Amino acid sequence: MKANKDASHPRMTGAEIVIQALIDQGVDVIFGYPGGAVLPVYDALFEHDQIRHILVRHEQGAVHAAEGYARSTGKPGVVLVTSGPGATNAVTGLADAMLDSIPIICLTGQVATRLIGSDAFQEADTVGITRPCTKHNWLVNDVDTLPKIMHDAFYVATHGRPGPVVVDLPKDIQFAEADYTGPSNEGHRNYQPQVKGDPDKIEQAVAAMANARRPLFYTGGGVINAGPEASRRLRELVQLTGFPITSTLMGLGAYPASDPQWLGLVGMHGTYESNNAMHDCDVMINIGARFDDRVTGNIEKFSPGSKKIHVDIDPSSINKTIMVDIPIVGDCAHVLAAMLEVWKRKKIKKDPSMHRDWWQQIDTWRARNCLSYQQKGQVIQPQYAIERLYALTRDKDVYISTEVGQHQMWAAQHFKFEQPNRWMTSGGLGTMGYGLPAAVGIQIAHPGSLVIDIAGEASVLMTMQEMSTAMQYDLPIKIFILNNQYMGMVRQWQELLHDKRYSHSYTEALPDFVKLADAYGGHGIRITCADELDAGIQEMMAVDKPVLVDCMVDQQANCFPMIPSGAAHNEMILSDQDEPTEISEEGKMLV
Amino acid sequence: MMKDQPSERRCIAILVDNEAGVLARVIGLFSGRGYNIDSLTVSEVDPQKHTSRITIVSNGTAMILEQLKAQLGRLVPVQKVVDMTLDHDSVERELALVKVKGTGEKRVESLRLSDAFRAQVIDTTHESFVFELTGSPSKLDAFVNLMRPLGLVDVSRSGVAAIARGSEGM
Ligand SMILES: Cc1ncc(C[n+]2csc(CCOP(=O)(O)OP(=O)(O)O)c2C)c(N)n1
Ligand SMILES: [Mg+2]
Repeated sequence: MKANKDASHPRMTGAEIVIQALIDQGVDVIFGYPGGAVLPVYDALFEHDQIRHILVRHEQGAVHAAEGYARSTGKPGVVLVTSGPGATNAVTGLADAMLDSIPIICLTGQVATRLIGSDAFQEADTVGITRPCTKHNWLVNDVDTLPKIMHDAFYVATHGRPGPVVVDLPKDIQFAEADYTGPSNEGHRNYQPQVKGDPDKIEQAVAAMANARRPLFYTGGGVINAGPEASRRLRELVQLTGFPITSTLMGLGAYPASDPQWLGLVGMHGTYESNNAMHDCDVMINIGARFDDRVTGNIEKFSPGSKKIHVDIDPSSINKTIMVDIPIVGDCAHVLAAMLEVWKRKKIKKDPSMHRDWWQQIDTWRARNCLSYQQKGQVIQPQYAIERLYALTRDKDVYISTEVGQHQMWAAQHFKFEQPNRWMTSGGLGTMGYGLPAAVGIQIAHPGSLVIDIAGEASVLMTMQEMSTAMQYDLPIKIFILNNQYMGMVRQWQELLHDKRYSHSYTEALPDFVKLADAYGGHGIRITCADELDAGIQEMMAVDKPVLVDCMVDQQANCFPMIPSGAAHNEMILSDQDEPTEISEEGKMLV
Repeated sequence: MMKDQPSERRCIAILVDNEAGVLARVIGLFSGRGYNIDSLTVSEVDPQKHTSRITIVSNGTAMILEQLKAQLGRLVPVQKVVDMTLDHDSVERELALVKVKGTGEKRVESLRLSDAFRAQVIDTTHESFVFELTGSPSKLDAFVNLMRPLGLVDVSRSGVAAIARGSEGM
């Protein structure tokens, strides 16, 4: 930092401004990978020890690690990558954060301003490429605007519906000097999301809830994004009303899975009771979920008889696919507080007789025991593996990430979450390769905790190289692979939709995961039969290093229940034994 | 649910910060979601505040159009989104430059019609006219259609500018 006359506006280079802004925004860790176009920022970083830099092995891993960090802490994640290939490698992570509403600030190097547009070495149109997969992005072409852009980037990423932003930093801007200004708390000129819900709508919502005979809470990632206070208020409201509650994949943990009012996951692989309750309810209270197609199934047949209340901070989520009766734009934490206030002010009594029939109905659905499976003999059923993993870790301070596929759904069904911010998964984009780097980010944020990536053998190979990152920073992450040698979810769809023509869903050559763990300097464990399962999990927890567990499971197991494409919530397939369901031509078009 | 809704025409006015990339963001929203743009105009309207006004005419079902406005509203540089069709009684105007080539009877007829439409002749040769015409989009359509058999060569239209009737600002 150069000597300066005005202490509140010190003169700095662009690179120093970037670092100072990060410090002033409270950032203590960034995930990155250097290259020519960001060397000045890396040079400025060299002098600072307030910010810890985690060197990943691929820029996609940097973004997923930042996502894991963000989702497990509630703070934004920060990424630093170079221009061209550095930026394009980060795109998958940005798209992932966009769909799952994760606050990420991604700083990308760019060629010097006078070279932009000349097909310079390692030039890519980063703001062009990332425009549709970020909340906003900036190409900085004047160093004087840099301090404000840096602070705006944090504001935009974290306010309203959170999401990723990109700040593209041409190399000459990183060298140029300007006066630095610290963060202001003025917010943003245009971007001022509505956080408080409309009081009239909230009154209407509470009135509808008070009169409901078959009510259902349907909650989502918005509750988690609104912070732990939102989860606390949700619990209070659910208790106060006595209503049943279900949640999307992204919302798991906002409500404790051990509670009797909890019906389990909703949607394509949700429980029989949750999906039937969605179909038959008369008042649906959607808090922070977005009627995603994995949840609604066929929208023509979605919950036909219900009055729908929808609380969402993003006005564009409202009436996007499902028309609702009472839309409430606002932050879940605020709206939940307001609902509680109205409920209490009106002295509405929980009246069990009003919902007795409804709960009885729910209990008959529950009695189907839709998540049951048969663990016979020594071939490990994947559900059993998750159940044992849960049983043996439930008393620990545990964080779970996943890859994408059947294992992800089994984890969502069989691992029970009691707290928010404990479950990190790629829901919206469904990005194979998310879980391992996410685990790196989670472990950085929670050094003493048990961090497990529940993985599939195919997914984990997409970002396996981050094992090397875990080694470098002594991160004892556990990668628990449910190895069925298939892209199981693809195989399952081929079985159901394509007459068991298993086109390219079997991996002919897999690495020896135990040796692979060794090669990275970590620890490998192979579990081949049911009798070895508990000991393997115990060993995994006992080793204070990155561990790869290669748990061999039944190759043919399918993930049920399942709402087949194009079907309604009350047309679920419960098991392989069910009558094979005809999937409509229209259904086959859906993914 | 969405399939059966009829398609309707809407004119939407958007006030934005006049910064790099803002038009690309707006357009990208349409193209990325497969929505139609029938007409688009953009120009700075407040140089001091660097504010531009974009006017878009689109058509789609009511649900898609509402979704579109909500999507526009959440773009960071967007200050305001106003539905000029649904929420206002508004006037729409468009400018067209129309080149017609012909001689004899056709040439006379084109001039006569341009007079009826109160178009200006802004360029002429012995065998062509360039007409300038302002009016509602449908008036321009009518004029262009009449010129077609008379030797229409080229049309350049500005796209729709719209403003609400009455004393209130946007
Ligand atoms: C990057 C990426 N490519 C392709 C897919 C499509 N896909 C979804 S699940 C899946 C199979 C995953 O296999 P595995 O990791 O072994 O998990 P399993 O289903 O066997 O548990 C594939 C290929 C995807 N989700 N992400
Ligand atoms: Mg597999």
